Amino acid sequence: MTDDKVYRWIGSSPVRPDGIDKVTGHAAFGADRLLPGMLHGLILRSPHAHARILSIDTSAADRIPGVLAIVTGTDFPDVTAAMEETGESQIDVRDLARNVMARDKALYHGHAVAAVAATTTTIAEEALRAIKVEYEPLPAVLDIESAMAEDAPLLHEELRTKGLAEMPARGSNVAAVVTYTRGDPEAGFAASDVVIEREFSTPTVHQGYIEPHAVVAECRPDDQATVWCCTQGPFVVRTLTSKVLGWDVSSIKVIPSEIGGGFGGKTTIYLEPVAILLARKSGRPVKMVMSREEVFRATGPTSASRVRIKLGASRAGKILAAEAELKYEAGAFKGSPITPGCMCVLVAYDIDNFRITGYDVLVNKPKVAAYRAPGAPMAAFAMESMVDEMAHRLGLDPIRFRLDNAVREGSKAAYGPKFPPIGLVSCLEQAALHPHYQAPLGPNQGRGVAVGFWFNVGMQSTATLNVQEDGTATVVTASPDIGGSRASMALMAAETLGIAYERINAVVGDTEMAGYCDVTGGSRTTFATGMAVIQAARDVVDQMRRRAAKIWGIDPDQVTWRDGQAIPPAEHATEQSLPPLDFAALAKSAAKTGGSFVGRASLTAQGAGAGFGVHLCDVQVDPETGKVDVVRYTAIQDTGKAIHRAYVEGQMQGGAAQGIGWALNEAYVYDAHGIMENPAFLDYRMPVALDLPLIDTVIVEVPNPAHPYGVRGVGETPIVPPLAAVANAVFDAVGVRYCDLPLNPPRVLSGLLPAAG
Amino acid sequence: MTKQHVLTTINGEQTEFLCEPQQSLLGALREDLGLTGTKEGCGTGDCGACSVIVNGRLTCACLVLAVEADGQQIETIEGVAEPQALHPIQQQFLEHAALQCGICTPGLIMATKALLEKNPDPSEHEIRYWLSGNLCRCTGYDKIVRAVLAAAAQLRGAEA
Amino acid sequence: MHAFQYVAPTSLAAARELLKDAISVPTRVLAGGTDLLVQMRAGLHSPARLLDIKKIPETNVLCIEAGQARIGAAVCAARIGEHDALRRLCPGVAEAIALIGSVQVQGRATVVGNLCNASPAADSVPALMAAGASIRVIGPDRERWLPVAGFAVAPGRTLLAPDELIVELRLPVPDAHTAEAYQRFTPRAEMDIAVVGVGARLTLDRDGCCRAAEVAIGAVAPTALPAPEVVAAILGARIDEAALTRAAAAAKSVGNPISDKRGTADFRRHIAGVLTRRVLRTAAERARQRSL
Repeated sequence: MTDDKVYRWIGSSPVRPDGIDKVTGHAAFGADRLLPGMLHGLILRSPHAHARILSIDTSAADRIPGVLAIVTGTDFPDVTAAMEETGESQIDVRDLARNVMARDKALYHGHAVAAVAATTTTIAEEALRAIKVEYEPLPAVLDIESAMAEDAPLLHEELRTKGLAEMPARGSNVAAVVTYTRGDPEAGFAASDVVIEREFSTPTVHQGYIEPHAVVAECRPDDQATVWCCTQGPFVVRTLTSKVLGWDVSSIKVIPSEIGGGFGGKTTIYLEPVAILLARKSGRPVKMVMSREEVFRATGPTSASRVRIKLGASRAGKILAAEAELKYEAGAFKGSPITPGCMCVLVAYDIDNFRITGYDVLVNKPKVAAYRAPGAPMAAFAMESMVDEMAHRLGLDPIRFRLDNAVREGSKAAYGPKFPPIGLVSCLEQAALHPHYQAPLGPNQGRGVAVGFWFNVGMQSTATLNVQEDGTATVVTASPDIGGSRASMALMAAETLGIAYERINAVVGDTEMAGYCDVTGGSRTTFATGMAVIQAARDVVDQMRRRAAKIWGIDPDQVTWRDGQAIPPAEHATEQSLPPLDFAALAKSAAKTGGSFVGRASLTAQGAGAGFGVHLCDVQVDPETGKVDVVRYTAIQDTGKAIHRAYVEGQMQGGAAQGIGWALNEAYVYDAHGIMENPAFLDYRMPVALDLPLIDTVIVEVPNPAHPYGVRGVGETPIVPPLAAVANAVFDAVGVRYCDLPLNPPRVLSGLLPAAG
Repeated sequence: MTKQHVLTTINGEQTEFLCEPQQSLLGALREDLGLTGTKEGCGTGDCGACSVIVNGRLTCACLVLAVEADGQQIETIEGVAEPQALHPIQQQFLEHAALQCGICTPGLIMATKALLEKNPDPSEHEIRYWLSGNLCRCTGYDKIVRAVLAAAAQLRGAEA
Repeated sequence: MHAFQYVAPTSLAAARELLKDAISVPTRVLAGGTDLLVQMRAGLHSPARLLDIKKIPETNVLCIEAGQARIGAAVCAARIGEHDALRRLCPGVAEAIALIGSVQVQGRATVVGNLCNASPAADSVPALMAAGASIRVIGPDRERWLPVAGFAVAPGRTLLAPDELIVELRLPVPDAHTAEAYQRFTPRAEMDIAVVGVGARLTLDRDGCCRAAEVAIGAVAPTALPAPEVVAAILGARIDEAALTRAAAAAKSVGNPISDKRGTADFRRHIAGVLTRRVLRTAAERARQRSL
């Protein structure tokens, strides 16, 4: 099923409106803002993974000339616990406040304990050294197993596990247990011809955006603050910052800079409230930019995981029962993506009997942040490895086996609702037909297949479309552009208005000049903000039709809009010789005919379309060293209608590359004390250009009926399949089933030559 | 510590500034000269976002002291385009959608410029090798490699 | 970073003058700076003075004369890669140097800096040890030559006194029956630190038997180590599969590798064997080609 509508602009790949600024160095990112009199702020971070803070003495630092402000936890109000939606995850603002600045305890190595603002960074560094913090080190829990142990040291003594039949009396490091069941799993396993069970693990990994977190804050004497920062959502920054400070949202203005990658990691806040307090105390603008080491130690990562899966199938190749147990590290505060992980783990398959149990586990590591399809890649790594193994055990082609069990329109998703039209079957069929799937393999090479899924989300978006008197239009939204979304917005506006793409500019506004938008995340921007842009454009069309009717002295209902023109009814066009009025003519005469045209739309988008993808991966394994090279890669995905094809492909390629990194070499390496040993790009090994092949893409367009042009969303699904696609390819190459990531050379070699690992 | 005087040439223009000895060239470009097109991604020479060309050689500006710039010829992203026209490398990056967030783009364009000045007809492998000092987290490098191949072809055509 | 005094003398004599008070004014030598500046920012060194040697003519020498390759202490890796004769005659040293960092780092980093950084994983060091390289060291009023082998004494520590600097590095150009090779192993294809590195230089006689050899292995001990046990396994023998297997087995016992973020001890031992086999095979093949 594909969309066969003919569009003038949608589906093309024009140059983006912000392109020239991005290739000439003029685009201003987070750290590029310079204000007169600006101070430099730095954060003092805990050297312990878990410690009680007994005292903080800032007096010596205060005396250093050039130090103009110091803040610690006592400068922040005590915030009441309350959940806030941040786009793809919820966060407790009390936890957030304590993550931004530690209070009584430091909960991970790198946790902020104090901050200074000084006239130069050299002075600020000196001030940090002069702050005396007295700690009482506490035993740290550094992995799921020790955190869940009976006598484990507790991060938060008051925390009680949610999701149990009754509220436990004792504290725990397990913040929540979630379960999903259907049918009778025991009966399903009993009826199965083959039952397999394995446990998988994945390490802590980071989003790895190249731009470190950066902010500049100004605070007027009347406590009106302005914040420039790189974020996926200026309104979320405003909400969260106001909660942490106990201020009204209207007292904070957030101006989003260009953003140098986020992948979910910039949907929360770290520096913003600190910078505002430093600016307030000093009376000067304060700039704070994290070092790469701080980014690794104190922001981002996504959960390390342990996932156990038991799968039962008939000899004929039907999955009859599944049991999945997922344990995700949340970091130092509750809130791993365990719920989406549980919702996704079995989502691709139509299974009558299953039980899914998930645990949200606290450990003394940085609080996890959203990372591209939060929670799904680890779940898919386990499930898609098991599905591969089951196909192998049954002697079935892995794509055939998946097709025989795949969900389709009308299937009941593991998390509840029935699927509307979805593209999993189309993607699997495309994969089976792709030349890649038939191509011969060389020595030590293997091929893997894996499926991925992401919900995609809707949420709030607002768009304004300002028509200029020269017949151009400007689209204003507050959805930061991380991957070319301005171009997508302009394409949808051009298509709706019927004017040339080049006549439309798209800009990203701040929290005062643009209406409310949730974060650029959840693969929602082209879908939801796009929907608002389309509605705003339709609003302009309506206004222009009415204006033309007024000019012609006829009823607005008689005016149609086609190809960027208001067209009078046939009798007027011929008998009274009324020529059509086009967009430019109406725009030009606006001042005389009733004022300029401004289209507006604000919505909470419903009907986000689920996105499935299938990846094919060929690897070559060096049997002497265990090194795995990805030699061919194809990403196939149902994106719904692709608005800007090249940027849709780019999302698929980028997601695949991040997933390959996760599969092969990325991992936080911790020492016994909970100190990350590789907080630099040199040793946190993200793929470089030489590590990857060209990444082929196949865009499958099963239209989402809820979107005017059929958009689903694309960004997240492609990071879900690669972990298992790589592992399945390695299995195909060497016959060893690896259950623990990363598949770095020592790990792979240990499977090949058990003595050498 | 007293500031030191530096006389250098940046994008063909003689430039003077004062700096503290510990300041990096990256810091001087960005903070003192307002040339914020050169980005900082790591400060340890591992990401290439701060790539500039010093006396014809591609260099991470974070690994050079500002005082070392004295008497040198420095090229930054701000000097790549002509007043009325983008450089073919910039044009091909745009047309191939070789950037998503754009933070690595200035560094990649400088690296590509240095590559094509040395090797006007690089293979895909040579491009990947040369660009391995420039991390991009958004694109998976596919469209970047294609843009560099196209820019090389365009530049060869322009010279022929 | 701490503040410091920056000086850039334009002659060796001026540099020596500055070295006179290098003990009372703690001094670090700056060449490429690709390690030093990062370490200073991390607070590992806080010198009161940086002595930039790049403006001294003697540190910029790069040539082959009298059977010796001369590489000045300020010569960046990229210049070495562009020196055709050096690349042809000393391919092991050249390929090791070419592996130091990215293209960006190659434009700054120096071989002598790689030595002075004294990382056990430094790529150039095993190749230079196998090639029998030595360095010219000067102090305020003295001068000495030291072999590269043994120059590093521990991670980050060398035999260099606080008031000394290195002017240049020299290595004998191999004769027509001698060839060299270097390989390292890294998880990523580029931008990575050697898990193990192996350098070798060997001389074959007319019958293809190994007449002389030097092998050194990096990252299996606190400093790169010479591997006489590997040499013993091939000396006098044809470099065939049997000899390579003996050499690889011997390589696994060299040093006392550690387990760290870059690899386990067992993995390092194994890789030392694999790389030794590959490097000796390449070097022998190059020697055969050269003698034709």
